[in-house]
Amino acid sequence: MADQITQSVLKNGMKVMLKEIHTAPIISSWLWYRVGSKDEPTGKTGVSHWTEHMQFKGTKKFPSSMLDKAISREGGRWNAATSHDATRYYETMPADKIDLALQLEADRMTNSIYSEKEVASERTVIISEREGHENEPMFRLGEAVQQTAFHVHPYHHEIIGDMADLHTITRDDLYEHYRKYYVPNNAVLAIAGDFETKSMLKRVKELFGSIPQGATPPRLARPEPEPKGEVRLSVEGPGETTFIQFAYRFPNATHPDYIPLQVLDSLLGGASGLSYKTSRLYRALVDKEYAVDVSGWSESTIDPFLYRITITNHPKRKPEETIAALDKEIQKLQEVLVSKDEIVRAVKQARAVFSYSSENISNQAFWMGYVEMFASYEWFTTYLDKLAKVTPKDVQRVAQMYLQSNSRVIGTYIPKGRGA
Amino acid sequence: MVKSVIRSAKPSLPGPEDIYRAVLSNGITVLARSNFNSPSISIGGYLPAGAIFESDEKLGLADFVAACLMRGTQTHSFDAIYNELESVGASMGFDSGVHNTSFGGRSLVEDLPLLLSLLSETMRTPTFPKPEVEKLRAQLLTGLAMRAQDTSDMAAMAFDRMLFDGHPYSRPGDGFVETIQSITRKDMQEFHCLHFGPRGMVIAIVGAIDPKKAVDAVSRFLGSWQVPGQVRAKEMPAHKPVKKTIRHHHTLAGKSQSDLVIGMVGPQRNSPEYMPASLGNSVLGQFGMMGRIGEVVREKSGLAYYASSSMGAGIGPGSWEVNAGVNPKNLKKAIDLIEKELRRFVKDGVTKKELSDSQANFIGRLPLSLESNGGVVSALLSIERYELGLDYYHRYADMVRTVTRGDVLETARKFIDPDRLVISTAGP
Repeated sequence: MADQITQSVLKNGMKVMLKEIHTAPIISSWLWYRVGSKDEPTGKTGVSHWTEHMQFKGTKKFPSSMLDKAISREGGRWNAATSHDATRYYETMPADKIDLALQLEADRMTNSIYSEKEVASERTVIISEREGHENEPMFRLGEAVQQTAFHVHPYHHEIIGDMADLHTITRDDLYEHYRKYYVPNNAVLAIAGDFETKSMLKRVKELFGSIPQGATPPRLARPEPEPKGEVRLSVEGPGETTFIQFAYRFPNATHPDYIPLQVLDSLLGGASGLSYKTSRLYRALVDKEYAVDVSGWSESTIDPFLYRITITNHPKRKPEETIAALDKEIQKLQEVLVSKDEIVRAVKQARAVFSYSSENISNQAFWMGYVEMFASYEWFTTYLDKLAKVTPKDVQRVAQMYLQSNSRVIGTYIPKGRGA
Repeated sequence: MVKSVIRSAKPSLPGPEDIYRAVLSNGITVLARSNFNSPSISIGGYLPAGAIFESDEKLGLADFVAACLMRGTQTHSFDAIYNELESVGASMGFDSGVHNTSFGGRSLVEDLPLLLSLLSETMRTPTFPKPEVEKLRAQLLTGLAMRAQDTSDMAAMAFDRMLFDGHPYSRPGDGFVETIQSITRKDMQEFHCLHFGPRGMVIAIVGAIDPKKAVDAVSRFLGSWQVPGQVRAKEMPAHKPVKKTIRHHHTLAGKSQSDLVIGMVGPQRNSPEYMPASLGNSVLGQFGMMGRIGEVVREKSGLAYYASSSMGAGIGPGSWEVNAGVNPKNLKKAIDLIEKELRRFVKDGVTKKELSDSQANFIGRLPLSLESNGGVVSALLSIERYELGLDYYHRYADMVRTVTRGDVLETARKFIDPDRLVISTAGP
């Protein structure tokens, strides 16, 4: 985490972040746009994710038939993803081939075609993607919980979008979205790997510097009012397994309470990326046979989002019994101070996970751009130190403040058997 | 631009000069390689205690045993084992396949002794505590109930059953509800006693450690393990060839998407046909956005979010299969398109351009797949398991480059007969 990086802003407003790593002849480039499902009004849900798909459909210089092949031929790995707050495109390439990726990204920042034919074909692909999600009980439950947790804020809908909108969004909707948000002053390019910073920055300027600055795209801001009480819902579907999801409102990633909440998350559900058999929820629910599995999950977001606890219910338990057992565990966290040792342990776990992630150049490039979408690189480099300063009282305070039953949603997936 | 961006890292593929290989006196093979770029370490390995030893009545036994190894030993409880691991941010786990039970783990390098000590203990002295066995049984049964609702799992399971009829590869490693219910603690103890031992065990260690020290560490924790009665696996029976196309649909009500698997038997991992088949498969259903299959099913017809082909080559003959998830009303159309592509593939083979593209991809992507410690562990284990030779990655580029269009066509025709396919679907 002693990270030497170079940050620069081009004249057109595009931010560039460069980190030299000379451990392997690999370079990973990530281009981030500040647009995600949070920027979609009703009727246009899913437009950011669909735009991401359309960005693979070609430009005049790189037609769709050769775009993916060009990267694959060089042994590169590439993909893209849309989140609530951002859309990202990455290429990890043998170091001497990175120029192709940079040319491609510069070109498709402005020159993507969006033909009617490609839009029509991609519509059914995305509908098929959504249908695949709908096969999963957990997607159905998660979607219902999220829709209930947010009535006003666009975090209300799934990133893939509502089926109704996937049928009606037009080519012009997509193109307009693309032109509005895909401007250099709304983008961050993060590159890590085996290069020399000065030369790389020069090349980035050559390729991206001439792209005209656009109007600063507005972010959709519709703050969600405070919850007015607990909401419980149920979703029915095929199967034999009951799932339960709790959703608590959590603050955004730059809020001071976010860090003690990360410790709380680690104590409850285990450290991200590690096994969690000694976490409080595993011991209280799985070990005691209320659940066969449990996981806790929060996201680093621009606006307040959710902390979700998802439970695969034990077949011999009624959902109410499991909910009561979880409540008891949360109550314990609110009433009894955690030990300092538990916090030290959470910090050591986080430190190990950071070390594992530094084996991989793609990960290091990812983190630079990722944190820039909701904070700054400093947020990342000071993360472990901030974590180490959390006290037992901090954890108790945030548990009392954020894990309140009168501001949560509890959803239950009720299986209706194999023939449903 | 390329010249102006100075590269300083040298491509460093594992080879005889930096892979340290040793065989301990009890038969354990150790492979180690240094990587001081991060203070972490990865381990992986396997021992020949797989599902091949299970009876049909006790299907899922190897899987159950593997899941139980960390549930308690003669000196540590389940909670104590995980407390030691999780307290230092380390992880470890076991899994089983047809031939082997495999293991893997990672930690900061200072915790390697802890990892090896727990590995040794969980493999050598598991106690299968009754309450833990029963907890695990409930979890496995819930897993099977979820599998029964998964279109992809159900299509894949029926595919294996039809493709490898009468062969151990036809059986699901996680068993069935009735077999998991019938497995007793005694069955598990017996399985462990007969099949877990040092003979045939392989372990690879990669990370911030001198390779010889890694071998010494393995020797310290596992060198004294002796199991005189360790049973050897029987010869695998030959699989029965499919005589004509077989179709099966598994009905799952209430689903919005159907999954399909279409395929046949492919080559073994260590056969000379593996490389031409693998390059052919890349053209068929991998290269770019999922090769030719992706092009016709996803890009041109917009029928599926995913449509690709893969090969499951291993110690024995693996499957060579096409997978896709489509709207139920498009199932037939997707199958027809895939069958058409398979016919084209065996009639005309691949073009010069297609082959050279995939060859360039295979060679170019190698450093990426070997970037992390875990990636190198997998590579070392493949070298050992399939007897590829320590210089395999040094020879790799030449092996890829020398494959001709004729080799690909010949291999495709040997394995793919469009009139003798197994077609398995699951959905409404």
